[in-house]
Amino acid sequence: MESRFPILAKTMLAPTIARVIVGAPLVARKARAGNFIIVRVTEAGERIPLTIVDADPAGGTITLIVQAVGKTTKLLCALQQGDVLRDVVGPLGNPTPIVGCGIVACVGGGVGTAELYPIARALHQAGTIVHAIIGARTRELVILEREMAACSTSLAVTTDDGSYGRRGVVTDALGDLLAGTPEVGAVYAIGPLVMMKAVVDLVRPLGLATYVSLNAIMVDGTGMCGGCRVTVNGQMKFACVDGPEFDGTAVDFDELIVRNRSYADLERIGDQRLTCELASAGTETR
Amino acid sequence: MTGVNTLRPAERLKIPRQQAIERPPEERCRTFQEVSLGFDEERALVEASRCLECKDAACVKGCPVNVDIRGFIELLLARDHLGAINRIREANALPAVCGRVCPQETQCELMCVLGKKYTPIAIGKLERFAADYEIRHGLLLPPPRAQPGGEQVAIVGSGPSGLACAADLARLGYRVTIFEALHAPGGVLRYGIPEFRLPREVLDLEIQRIEALGVEIVTNVVVGKTATIDELFEEWRFAAVYLATGAGTPHFMGIPGENLVGVYSANEFLTRVNLMQAHRFPDFDTPIKVGRTVAVIGGGNTAVDAVRTARRLGAQQAYLIYRRSRDEMPARREEILHAEEEGVRFILLTTPIRILGGPDNRVCGIECQRIALGEPDMTGRRTPMPIPGSEFILPVQTVIEAIGARVNPIIQTTTPGLESDARGTVVTDETKRTSRPGVFAGGDLARGGATVILAMRDGRVAAASIDEYLRARRQAAHPVGAAAGNVG
Ligand SMILES: Cc1cc2nc3c(=O)[nH]c(=O)nc-3n(C[C@H](O)[C@H](O)[C@H](O)COP(=O)(O)OP(=O)(O)OC[C@H]3O[C@@H](n4cnc5c(N)ncnc54)[C@H](O)[C@@H]3O)c2cc1C
Ligand SMILES: Cc1cc2nc3c(=O)[nH]c(=O)nc-3n(C[C@H](O)[C@H](O)[C@H](O)COP(=O)(O)OP(=O)(O)OC[C@H]3O[C@@H](n4cnc5c(N)ncnc54)[C@H](O)[C@@H]3O)c2cc1C
Ligand code: FES
Repeated sequence: MESRFPILAKTMLAPTIARVIVGAPLVARKARAGNFIIVRVTEAGERIPLTIVDADPAGGTITLIVQAVGKTTKLLCALQQGDVLRDVVGPLGNPTPIVGCGIVACVGGGVGTAELYPIARALHQAGTIVHAIIGARTRELVILEREMAACSTSLAVTTDDGSYGRRGVVTDALGDLLAGTPEVGAVYAIGPLVMMKAVVDLVRPLGLATYVSLNAIMVDGTGMCGGCRVTVNGQMKFACVDGPEFDGTAVDFDELIVRNRSYADLERIGDQRLTCELASAGTETR
Repeated sequence: MTGVNTLRPAERLKIPRQQAIERPPEERCRTFQEVSLGFDEERALVEASRCLECKDAACVKGCPVNVDIRGFIELLLARDHLGAINRIREANALPAVCGRVCPQETQCELMCVLGKKYTPIAIGKLERFAADYEIRHGLLLPPPRAQPGGEQVAIVGSGPSGLACAADLARLGYRVTIFEALHAPGGVLRYGIPEFRLPREVLDLEIQRIEALGVEIVTNVVVGKTATIDELFEEWRFAAVYLATGAGTPHFMGIPGENLVGVYSANEFLTRVNLMQAHRFPDFDTPIKVGRTVAVIGGGNTAVDAVRTARRLGAQQAYLIYRRSRDEMPARREEILHAEEEGVRFILLTTPIRILGGPDNRVCGIECQRIALGEPDMTGRRTPMPIPGSEFILPVQTVIEAIGARVNPIIQTTTPGLESDARGTVVTDETKRTSRPGVFAGGDLARGGATVILAMRDGRVAAASIDEYLRARRQAAHPVGAAAGNVG
């Protein structure tokens, strides 16, 4: 049971972003675009959600793309081929409904591009025309550019500091795209909450459908705790079972932004502890 | 066996009910160590000697699984403690759990004839004594393992209902696999009931004992997502399925302020602590936050567990807000008493109407309204009616809602042809058959929220039905020599 979820390969896509291929045959068989898993790296670890970026049912593997932002994700990014994950459960959440027609815009910000990619690819494979925009803070954090290009008719890259692609944020590029391509009928946006909120604000006056994926704080991922609750259309929804994808125009982003900071001070403690642990482990092996 | 007790009935009546040893409230209300230490042998023997040895023992009928209470008490008196625990196990696969968490006061002990004029026998504490004796003396041996030869049966959910069903089926020789969504087995026993009522070592041992019967428990499988019921039959080759997924989806009151930071469902709060060990942060990674003053809403076991957990996590003041009176609280009496001893303040006949937040969107108070009780409703409980003008505000930093739960819809929505009612509860007949052939259901999933022992009874009934169903199928397939393996 202990080695059910081995890491079969790992590469760094950026200094803080790892692509990890995990053996998880049951999950791989059933994964659809938009699904996620809950992972626990160690016995004392937290349960965190991660998107299934790709799945190989025949090989029994899934691909994760993880950005090291805190203790659990840093721990995960520090693992190597041959290490194992303590627990992996999924696929969870509702898959994205894939309709194969029309023209859409897919907007990814930061590691959100990894969460967006399987959706963009599925839409493209189903015959939808995809215009993609991906943004990052700086050049080295731009990920999946080639993969996104392969499934889209046009691809724009933005960086906050202008070190690569267009200087600015994804909404700048999206505004231009929508002005130049009025046939775009829907927008899929995944990234930091502030980014998704900005996209929704930009698109709302145009009356387009906007799909966002909400990264609420989760525990079980099966609808059992209600910790992931979000307000959509004035109603309480559980992101793990009712989502994670929702109609962006109906989401109360401000509330979710506050809720996601619930544990910020404690997360810092966990993070610092890990830094110390990794540092002392490093000196021991030297 | 009769004649072990040499006391005359009149003498037995004079002996007072024995009290369990308990950690003092001031010592225990900051730790997660078990509160009640149960009986030592001396007390157990004195308590057992109070039993009047009724011919037609009413207590046995009061037990939902009809443990031979009279019989095991007699064995205890004869100091055959191992005999006693084995007698209990004939009917109850989780005695160390049930001795600790069953509401004995409304079941076996309610029926005890001594209770009419005196105090009933402490049946729960005696059950626990027998189970603990076995554990303490290392006598908990792996049970004889049946030669598995029968069909494969899948059980969904590793709570008490699934475990009880698995134990019976394994004894009958079936190959049993339990699928559990979480990373650890036990259901509510693992994620809901706190360690200070049910230590993890006790739970682990009870589960290991069931595994020793040959039951395989596979964690991290959400049936309906990882594999559907149809796939369990068609691809995984299971011959029957028992659904015991519980009633785990929390209700929220629907009052303003519920999404402020600092509001938890009791399920989330207790799961963070019990399953994820948040009280040991940062040694364990999952965080939890408890303010100086905490309000818990509800009056059941869940509410009482949450409020006592909040005290242990450092809350200086912990309120329990309940809309009816103390007598109507559905929680176990013993736990209500323990909560009071631990300094929990009960605010009764009161309901919250709004949770208040500060500019930082964190909870800073809860506004409540007093309640008057009206006419009894269909269940015989009086209807709570708010008293206008009685509103008041309590300053609190954490609010925990424990107002009940409903069944999780994942399986129902992914299983065509499985009938459930308007609230999502799976419909079964008295033998636990559902509308789908070969699919059985029980426990909280088919009852709404209930108790550990009722969930276990359902599991046992379902095991018998599954056995009957599979025998009939075998019979139909091979009309002459119907036995498969040693099942029969
Ligand atoms: C459906 C979904 C899919 C996701 N997919 C990906 C992905 O493919 N790649 C990726 O890098 N990240 C993804 N995330 C985000 C990822 O789960 C968080 O970055 C991670 O939980 C942070 O944990 P940490 O311990 O490293 O950091 P921490 O320091 O603990 O937290 C950093 C921030 O992450 C969020 N967070 C913390 N704990 C949790 C939790 N248990 N559940 C959810 N969020 C939490 C909080 O907002 C917090 O402020 C996804 C989130 C969701 C909800
Ligand atoms: C905090 C709390 C305290 C309680 N205290 C008491 C008490 O003192 N005494 C008492 O008698 N009763 C008590 N109860 C009630 C009692 O715990 C329940 O009635 C009992 O646990 C129900 O058992 P079950 O097996 O039906 O379901 P559960 O115990 O709920 O177990 C169901 C299991 O199924 C799993 N599951 C759910 N969906 C899936 C799926 N799709 N695939 C795989 N697995 C799945 C869940 O993760 C869970 O582990 C308490 C309940 C709570 C919440
Ligand atoms: S993560 Fe617990 S209900 Fe969604």
